[in-house]
Amino acid sequence: MSILSLIIKREYIARVRNKSFLIMTFLSPLILVGMIFLISYLTQLNSEDKRTIVVVDDSGKFETVFFNTEQTTYVNLSDQGLEAAKEVANNDSYYGLIHIADAAFDEPNEVVFYGNETPAFGFIGSIEKRIEKKMTDENLIAQGIDLNTLETAKTSIDIQIENFSGETSSKMSNWVKAGFGGAAGYLLMMFIIIYGNMVMRSVIEEKTNRIIEVIISSVKPFQLMLGKILGTTLAGITQFAIWVIVGGILLVTLSAVFGMDATAASAASPAASQAQQIAEDPNMMIELLQEVQKLPLLQLVLGFFIYFIGGYFLYSSIYAAIGAAVDNETDTQQFMLPIIMPLMLAIYVGFFAVIDNPHGTVATVFSIIPLTSPIVMLMRIPFIVPGWQLALSITLLVASFVFTVWFGSKIYRVGILMYGKKPTYKDLIKWLKY
Amino acid sequence: MNSLLIADTVSKDFGGFTALNKVSIAVPEGSIFGLLGPNGAGKTTLIRIINQITMPDTGSVTLGGEPLQQHHIRDIGYMPEERGLYKSMKVGEQVLYLAQLKGMSKSEAKKRAKHWFEKLEIGDWWGKKIQELSKGQAQKIQFVVTVMHQPKLLIFDEPFSGFDPINANLIKDEILQLRQEGATVIFSTHRMESVEELCDHIALINKSNKILDGEVNTIKRAYQNNTFDIGVQVFDEDAFAKAQQHLSATFNVTPAQFKSLGNEKKLRVEMGAKGTPNELLKVLQSHGQVTHFVEVIPSVNDIFIKTVSQNR
Repeated sequence: MSILSLIIKREYIARVRNKSFLIMTFLSPLILVGMIFLISYLTQLNSEDKRTIVVVDDSGKFETVFFNTEQTTYVNLSDQGLEAAKEVANNDSYYGLIHIADAAFDEPNEVVFYGNETPAFGFIGSIEKRIEKKMTDENLIAQGIDLNTLETAKTSIDIQIENFSGETSSKMSNWVKAGFGGAAGYLLMMFIIIYGNMVMRSVIEEKTNRIIEVIISSVKPFQLMLGKILGTTLAGITQFAIWVIVGGILLVTLSAVFGMDATAASAASPAASQAQQIAEDPNMMIELLQEVQKLPLLQLVLGFFIYFIGGYFLYSSIYAAIGAAVDNETDTQQFMLPIIMPLMLAIYVGFFAVIDNPHGTVATVFSIIPLTSPIVMLMRIPFIVPGWQLALSITLLVASFVFTVWFGSKIYRVGILMYGKKPTYKDLIKWLKY
Repeated sequence: MNSLLIADTVSKDFGGFTALNKVSIAVPEGSIFGLLGPNGAGKTTLIRIINQITMPDTGSVTLGGEPLQQHHIRDIGYMPEERGLYKSMKVGEQVLYLAQLKGMSKSEAKKRAKHWFEKLEIGDWWGKKIQELSKGQAQKIQFVVTVMHQPKLLIFDEPFSGFDPINANLIKDEILQLRQEGATVIFSTHRMESVEELCDHIALINKSNKILDGEVNTIKRAYQNNTFDIGVQVFDEDAFAKAQQHLSATFNVTPAQFKSLGNEKKLRVEMGAKGTPNELLKVLQSHGQVTHFVEVIPSVNDIFIKTVSQNR
């Protein structure tokens, strides 16, 4: 067996046999699924909160606005006057009191909500909207406009998107693309952070065990570093696969057993609620499938592999170098910034710039700069990226990948034999010349 | 005698700090070679160059006449000063892994490992993890790992530091036996007295420079300087005092320290080229009963201190 495969095998077995790895692997899906159910339960609980609200409407025009719902009961105490109503609301510990002054039509600030606690944003927003609507209607009527005529005059359009070669796409397709890109980018970031750290810890472990010099007298530092990264990666892929399988099985069985709608848990985020909507509507489901088929699948899969592997190795060789430079994990903090910064930047650029405008300047530039390109480009690929940008980005990624591995192995080679001193950036630069 | 390992004018610079300055050594085949010098002299750097862990800036190293290459790693067994093993790995797996890294096949490694485990009577540790063993037990494993692939050249950096006396002795014996079987051994240490008795050849390194090397006996002979520790049961105190004055005029005479049962006068007389032992003995005989007359053979430590102060 070749030296490299020996090292990979040992690393893999060492990682996989590790107790905390085993626990993490099998417990995480349990915890995650448990969390999903807990959140969905809590969300239900939260929305079951009943509140009673006192309404004091001096103008008398808003009675129709405040109708009782499952959660909210309105008590109209307009005839008692504001002060008396306040007392009632306070004594009976109602959720709050809304006071609409006579002057509210001219002076919008004259609508006041009194309450012991800060009211929920969503609740205030919905009341604002209702009062606004009512006021607007009243204003329109005052101007002599018939509301029915206005209603029939209102139209809504749905712009169809089509490129010059005749392919149509829809807004839904944008959501699908953003979903795919976002998931891939996020996955890559998680993978880098979790398994990059694991590489780093395993390097530090060899240093603190003092076995490093024994090993290094048998194999080249570069082989050791590469073997470590590859072995840990394989362990990571194993873990990921187990997570997906176990998590999937758990989710399906639990949903079946408890009859709970797990997707309700994520109803808080708009994208997910749209997904839910889609799931409920068969026509939209078909449309969604069509959109997925329309994605540049080959490019996506290829791009995913290239950027995933390139990005992961780029970062994990930096992690390995950091591990080699320090004696213990607490000393790693000062070197973490160059890793975390570009990762965070990439994720932010991805979720804001790319989804807003996939081909804008910011998105384009960050998808070409090597440290951020893996994540940002992964998010852009579903939107079809011009060939030259892909080529440039991949070339730069490969070049900087080779550079970091060289740089990392250089630091690694010197660092693993350095004990007892907490290195500075200046030291690292100096080591390059050794 | 053929030299197994030759380092020729090897220099190494670490970012402005010279760790080795044109150091040359030749390690004869089948010898025990002591690489001696204080902490930070450059011994470990030289050893790392021999192990191809670091590359020399200038100079060359040959092993068995060939310039060092990747495959020579298999011919060297190295026990570094900073030693350790994977704590959570099982002893057997670990030994096999490290042997395979040295290029042994798994089956061969298994056979050799069993042989050593039986020899050191540690067979029942095979399935244990290193963290379950005591420090002394782990040291035995460390030794097995170093010698298992039957290297031509064994290198021990500070071999006895951290070893308890029993294990140190055991390992000393095993090393001597390996030498009998044809291995060449390099010891590197700053505690010169610990390996002095074992070494046939030594090289002294101080502040990145080699200051002395050669066969131990030759070096000692060169530094012996005709010095004797003497003990005399004096007949007449006054007469002896006079004689002592007379000796001091020609030779370097200092009080000597050695154990004896009587209350004799103890002196150390350094004659150099100015006298012979017989002449000295004649003078002493006439003044008393000579109970002690021993040539002082300089220790490597003495030689080292002397050489360093001369070179300053």
